[in-house]
Amino acid sequence: MIADAVGGTVEALRSAFGDAILQDTVSCGDTVVFVDPGKAHAILQWLRDTPGQDFNYLTDLTAVEYRDPERPLEVVYQLRSLERRVDLRLKIQLVATADRLSVATVTDLWQGADWLEREVFDMFGIHFEGHPDLRRILMWETYAEGHPLRKSFPLRGQFSRAEQVRQALAANPEAHYSMEELSLAEALHELPVDMQERLAKGERGEVE
Amino acid sequence: MTTRTVELSLATPGLDPDGRPTRIPLGLGHEPDVDLGDFGAEHMIVNIGPQHPATHGVLRLVVELEGEIVKRVIPHIGYLHSGFEKLGEYRHYNQIIPLTDRTDYLSPMANNVALALAAEKLMGIEVTPRCRVLRVIACEMSRIISHLVWLGTTGIDLGAFTPFLWSFQEREEIYNLQEAWTGARLTTSLTRVGGMMADIPEGWEEGLRSFCRTFPKTLREVDTMFTRNAIWIGRTQDVGVIPADEAINWSLSGPMLRASGVPYDVRKDRPYLDYESYDFDVPIGEHGDIYDRYRVRLEEMFQSTRILEQALDRLEPGPINVEDPRVILPPKHRAMSDMEAMIYHFKQVMEGVPAPEGDAYLGVENPKGELGYYFVSDGTAKPVRWRIRPPAFINLSILPSLCEGVLLSDVIAINASVDIVMGEVDR
Repeated sequence: MIADAVGGTVEALRSAFGDAILQDTVSCGDTVVFVDPGKAHAILQWLRDTPGQDFNYLTDLTAVEYRDPERPLEVVYQLRSLERRVDLRLKIQLVATADRLSVATVTDLWQGADWLEREVFDMFGIHFEGHPDLRRILMWETYAEGHPLRKSFPLRGQFSRAEQVRQALAANPEAHYSMEELSLAEALHELPVDMQERLAKGERGEVE
Repeated sequence: MTTRTVELSLATPGLDPDGRPTRIPLGLGHEPDVDLGDFGAEHMIVNIGPQHPATHGVLRLVVELEGEIVKRVIPHIGYLHSGFEKLGEYRHYNQIIPLTDRTDYLSPMANNVALALAAEKLMGIEVTPRCRVLRVIACEMSRIISHLVWLGTTGIDLGAFTPFLWSFQEREEIYNLQEAWTGARLTTSLTRVGGMMADIPEGWEEGLRSFCRTFPKTLREVDTMFTRNAIWIGRTQDVGVIPADEAINWSLSGPMLRASGVPYDVRKDRPYLDYESYDFDVPIGEHGDIYDRYRVRLEEMFQSTRILEQALDRLEPGPINVEDPRVILPPKHRAMSDMEAMIYHFKQVMEGVPAPEGDAYLGVENPKGELGYYFVSDGTAKPVRWRIRPPAFINLSILPSLCEGVLLSDVIAINASVDIVMGEVDR
């Protein structure tokens, strides 16, 4: 029954990748496959390019952290085959307490993953190795309070309300442009030296 | 059996011998052939937004220009970030519904429906037939008002003011109906897990029927104003072209995907709310340019009117909520007089409705594209994770690559054609 929902994909995955397919379940009618983090990129590429699988559409890419601190963090790929009209959810588990959370990027497979991976990086602090431009996307570049969707992040933010107000008032309104934008217009060297230094330090939101 | 329209018949002035419309590329769309040497070699940065009417909200674009030609666009988003996904983790499933009003605030009722459907998928609840029909009505009304805003504002961006007034006048009709049904024009919070917040008031159908009768007339007027208009064609045809394979690779959805010729509509291909039993066509574009996106959205409004008429015809009297006291609040008078009802009321308000452990993703065809809600539950009454798959956010991500090498004025046109709503992009 599990295989029928996505037309034998789970069996095909097991025979192609063996031990790298850790587990498969069905949740509320959706087929979920857990895979080895190291092999995830190869598996995703195989799913996209193998005739008969054709998971050519990355519906969504996100991450999940559970309330139970023992449970691993999950990176979730919602895949779809537009031709076969089937969906598959692929999950990678990461140890939540690891110093550096990282997985391989899939921007080389799906360009649509660009902003999605940036959002996961912004919200969860997961690094996507090989991403061409891994910066924060919803929070500002120098946001210093951490990654908001982690369970360790309190609903009202890491800093006190007084500190948040202080930082907002102290923010440098001249720093409207990022270093990157100024250097591409070759405008950086025309700024006063002290402003160049402040921009380089990322004055907006920096904490002592 | 349902039918699918595979091609749009594009009625533009001038047809070639095969009867296909001649494309009139007025936009530059490519590097000029003449070698200009050092002329204009110094690049200039232009900042557009976040407070600029043509960015449709608080989008900020930093544009690097060489003369009038765009070398690079760097979008900055997040000005409207409200942390909805984080807030959702601290709320019961029904309490999340008001948050969905505020994401894509141009189609709040469709978001409400999507959230209820996703939570019901997680909890394994089957809603009543009348509820399903009412939800279809809510979805299609939302599609019409959202596309009307798109039509009006895009017209203004490209210099056409009149259709804006027409479309906002029609939108007002729907807003009045929405207000009569939900009590709110914007923050509708129409659905509940397992049912609806309210049934439609008496005589309401007649209002919607009369809208369905008069609305196509306005659409046809818009059609005559735009579809064969030389200025409109010049600004939109062959501008911002997305080939089908790129549209898929960029995870585009909704009219953005279909205008590029990819026949995928969630209502047809992963039907929900009995959409498979309605007779409607899905317009598919051919060239993937702004003009085709316009044709697709215009046709979708006609098709939504068809669906609304069919839904009104099949609206039978009956309950709007499932008969499950653990999920649906008892009527207030019973909660005040009946002990059992009071206990259920208390438990639902204080503890919420627990969802079984697991996760569920449900995508629906919203006006902007595929809106998906992904819930992860650990067995409690509040989700561990509530993920919004934001169609506007993902559709917008193609903008920088689409704008390379075009004229600055085309950036405005391309950005308008994406149909973004910043409440959803930033969430």
